[in-house]
Amino acid sequence: MLAVEFPPINEVIRWRDIAGADTLNKVAIIAVLASLIGIAIFLLAGRKDPMVAPTGVRNLAEVGVEFIEDQIVMQTMGKDGLGWTPFLLSLFIFIYLCNLPGIIPIFQMPATARFAIPLFLALIVWLVYNFVGFKHNGIKYITGMAWPHSVPIALRPLVGLIELLSNIVLRPFSLTVRLFANMLAGHMLLVTFALLTDSLVFNDNAFLKPVAILPAFMLIFLTAFEVLVGFLQAYIFTILTAVFIGAAAHPEH
Amino acid sequence: MHALAILAQDAADAKAANAAIGAGFAYGLAAIGPGIGIGYVVGKAIEAMARQPEAAGMVRTTMFLGIAFTEALALIGFVVFILLGL
Repeated sequence: MLAVEFPPINEVIRWRDIAGADTLNKVAIIAVLASLIGIAIFLLAGRKDPMVAPTGVRNLAEVGVEFIEDQIVMQTMGKDGLGWTPFLLSLFIFIYLCNLPGIIPIFQMPATARFAIPLFLALIVWLVYNFVGFKHNGIKYITGMAWPHSVPIALRPLVGLIELLSNIVLRPFSLTVRLFANMLAGHMLLVTFALLTDSLVFNDNAFLKPVAILPAFMLIFLTAFEVLVGFLQAYIFTILTAVFIGAAAHPEH
Repeated sequence: MHALAILAQDAADAKAANAAIGAGFAYGLAAIGPGIGIGYVVGKAIEAMARQPEAAGMVRTTMFLGIAFTEALALIGFVVFILLGL
């Protein structure tokens, strides 16, 4: 009889500290590497002579910048928002490079599958869009949310309450949970099918061994799917940031 | 004393079993609404793109936004599932 015990959650997503307590573990190393690689790519791309035709790393960086400008800023904030490109680009590159190790052998762990990293990013975004809201609209930013003039007067207290709650509490929360839960779910799926394949291949029953092809196929398919999810989640986090900043700057739209 | 220990063990087992059942239901129920919602969003977006291919880029952006907002509920269910069940 086949018995597969799913490991406790802490064994799946928690990693041992490398040199004694409270030092670097795998997740921290991935996060540090992600920021270093991101910085390195754009420093390498930035120091080249701008008159020469772009090659190599610079092409990659330009694709990234153009993607953020055309697909995210222009679609959500229009021309006024182009100044936000560096911020959004850093967010996107960091999240993408944190998601990617989920499918790279040796690492096999997306850094964003731990709550702290998405939470911190969402808090930065929260600070930025609230600051933008106050800077562009002054105190009207809060009063406009709590007493919206575009709805009938009987509905204003209700809509105002919902708007306030959604802007101040729910947005950073849902931004965090979306990224975190997507990456964790993908990681758990990979763990499940890897365990299933492993226990079918290494069991004593010779008849069960060929069945392992099914979870193995699923594992390969899901790994390919995770490439897409990692990109899509980075894109969604960035585009929602752009939408929030745009809405805070021009609440009437 | 022995019987009491067995009773306590049974109670703990029953609690764990209820938590597991609750976790399963939490995730299953949380997936229904967003499943319907995402299907609706994507279906309408495909319809719009087929009718007006030149607006496909704009429709796609808005579609991803809609999916992101709809999906959040299912993901909260997934987090509850993990908190309760594992």
